[in-house]
Amino acid sequence: MLKKSTTPHMLSNQTTQSVMFDVVLALFPTLIVSVLFFGLKAVLVLVTSVTACLTFEYICNRFWLMKERNSTRDFSAVITALLLACSLPSNLPLIFVVFGAFVAIVIAKMSFGGLGKNIFNPALSGRVFLFLSFPVYMTSWPKPSFNNFFQQDVSTGATTLELIKYSDASTSATRLDNNDYLNEIPDYFDMITGYIAGSLGEVSAIALLLGLAYLLYRNVITWHIPFFYILTVFLTVYVVSLFSEEPLKYSAVTHVLSGGLLLGAIFMATDYVTSPMSEKGKIIFAIGCGLLTVLIRLTTVYSEGVSFAILIMNAFVPFIDRISVPRIYGTGGKK
Amino acid sequence: MLFNIVGINLKKNKLSRHEAIRDIGLPKTVSIPLKKHIGHPAVAVVNEGDKVKIGMLLAKANNTISANVHASVAGRVSKIDEDYIHINTSKDEAEDYIDFSDELITEIPQDKEEILALIRDAGIVGMGGAGFPTDIKLSVPTGKEIKCLILNGIECEPYFTGDERLMLEKAEEIVIGARIINRLLGIQNAIIAVDEKKKKAFEILTSITKRYIGVNVKLLTNKYPQGAEKMLVEAVSGEEVPSGKLPMDMGYVVQNVGTVYAIYQAVMKKKPLYERVVTVSGDAVAKPKNYMVRIGTPVSFIAEKAKVDIKEVEELLIGGPMMGTDIDDLSTPVSKLDGGVLFLKKAKPETEESVCIRCNKCAQHCPIALQPFAIANSYKAGDKPNLYKLRALDCINCGICSYVCPAKIPLLDYIKQAKNEIR
Ligand code: SF4
Ligand code: SF4
Repeated sequence: MLKKSTTPHMLSNQTTQSVMFDVVLALFPTLIVSVLFFGLKAVLVLVTSVTACLTFEYICNRFWLMKERNSTRDFSAVITALLLACSLPSNLPLIFVVFGAFVAIVIAKMSFGGLGKNIFNPALSGRVFLFLSFPVYMTSWPKPSFNNFFQQDVSTGATTLELIKYSDASTSATRLDNNDYLNEIPDYFDMITGYIAGSLGEVSAIALLLGLAYLLYRNVITWHIPFFYILTVFLTVYVVSLFSEEPLKYSAVTHVLSGGLLLGAIFMATDYVTSPMSEKGKIIFAIGCGLLTVLIRLTTVYSEGVSFAILIMNAFVPFIDRISVPRIYGTGGKK
Repeated sequence: MLFNIVGINLKKNKLSRHEAIRDIGLPKTVSIPLKKHIGHPAVAVVNEGDKVKIGMLLAKANNTISANVHASVAGRVSKIDEDYIHINTSKDEAEDYIDFSDELITEIPQDKEEILALIRDAGIVGMGGAGFPTDIKLSVPTGKEIKCLILNGIECEPYFTGDERLMLEKAEEIVIGARIINRLLGIQNAIIAVDEKKKKAFEILTSITKRYIGVNVKLLTNKYPQGAEKMLVEAVSGEEVPSGKLPMDMGYVVQNVGTVYAIYQAVMKKKPLYERVVTVSGDAVAKPKNYMVRIGTPVSFIAEKAKVDIKEVEELLIGGPMMGTDIDDLSTPVSKLDGGVLFLKKAKPETEESVCIRCNKCAQHCPIALQPFAIANSYKAGDKPNLYKLRALDCINCGICSYVCPAKIPLLDYIKQAKNEIR
């Protein structure tokens, strides 16, 4: 039977579903590390998050947006769930994970109309909600414990960035010497492998970079946002360090490797829906994220600024999109 | 480039690239199109029942922008309708004035008017698919200065190999053809643009052009749609064709290599355009090949000669997979514009349009750097002023946006409708 179709008569095999699934695959190294280091607790947080997000997505899509098409099948809710889990401490009570999932899916995503319509990154919205509502739980970080699946006798500790923050005389009351904190900063090897205190998915630089490589290889994202985001943080901290006597506190490499920067720059800031479209726009957005991240880390009471920085920049995306429209072929001007 | 990743790398499937051009033979009937070219339909000068010979004028160009049509077989005119002149083939007999020898003729006529008249008489139109009458394209309006002739040897659609074969087998004729056009345009600067996958053709043409003045070869990248005029001019000259202008306005004339070969034959051999190279390919064709096919040959004849089991075919394309047209009528004849007939076992999958996920792939790869998603949205919203602002009319119909869109939004369909609305 001869069929008729419109041009082009062939289509690439990349679909929304395949693109989203690629992101899930890119997260795999990070998920494996999180289970190795944080054991059963990580598994529970991940499973709770995925179950909750998919349930909320299904219910909202079916009974609120009244859509026929089952939107859970496009994997976007799975990505949100995994990213949310990745940005939480593994010892967080599971009911809070469900709260986070509710904010992420119902408020940040579906109330705007679902995939493609939301302004703020859903996973980050969920995380920031939890952070502001339950600050104590959200700043108690279990230390990784390898080969200890049931995570017996695990102590909690401060993240690298918290150590840096505590070393500020103004916030430190308990210890006499600020350098005690700075001396506790893990070495680069531990930061790269991820054997440090922190949220599920932010600890291991190497796992996150593997994910980045996969996303680039599969043409899911372009290099602009991760590159310019990380570069901006590195350069800004480096410039600050030139005017500082405390090399440990303002080490550019430490700032790049700790906290949620890599997770944010690779997986959160690159979210299609909530980042600018053109390459030029992406670069503006990434530099903005980088500057805000450093600003928050160095000048506010918060030790980490990635979530806030990206969410703030999310709000500017429509504006950035408007000022960064690419020059059309044959309309003159610079290339 | 930092800001623009123009075009895409397509799987090229050039299955027939090593197959020499061979004659496909004589179909029992031909239906010769009267209005496939751009401009006015040609007007029949024969009557039903008339006996015709190969190369005989069947229909005359009926205005400045129109093209002559010649008999591609000998036989009797069975029917003349609005679109076609149908001929029942008898024997293979040609008009005497055509020189069928293989001898290469290098002596180019001096008189420009004579050259132009020969091209016009031969009914040559753009054979790369544009179908614009070539004599018009080569008549430079007074006041316009031509800098360069660009020969398009890119053939960036998947499967197509006819132009590549011509460049391998008729390289010298093409170079002489370029010199004929050079003379006509009063320049000494023709560039044959070949893409990097056609190394052999590039080498052959380079060695031949050493012996001739005013013709050079240039190697370009092999991305789709490198063969589109606007892309080609930019790749060769570094200049963009301004929005709403033609390459001619900037001093460039672009001709497909197949058309240039036809010009050589028209001017040197007095042979009108009544046959062309057609790539017959696709996964339903056991042995994809390049055939010399008489204009008006029905697709059914081609299917038979290429041993295609038509029951296996789901999509039958005249033209390439990106920009060609699909047909469901096997009696459709090959026209002067058609470089390929593709028999594919799998049609384009039926996909459901889902929501735009703002991935930017459509805009990122659009060769014109348009924002296809924005044009589609403005069209759906009925926002005409915005369609002008987004320059929907500059779209070259390359199909990349629809091809890459992961949400499977038929962007080009919307853009075409949008263009119709504001044109
Ligand atoms: S079809 Fe038009 S809008 Fe789409 S990519 Fe090609 S030129 Fe751009
Ligand atoms: S390619 Fe499709 S999904 Fe991506 S931005 Fe364009 S229209 Fe939207």
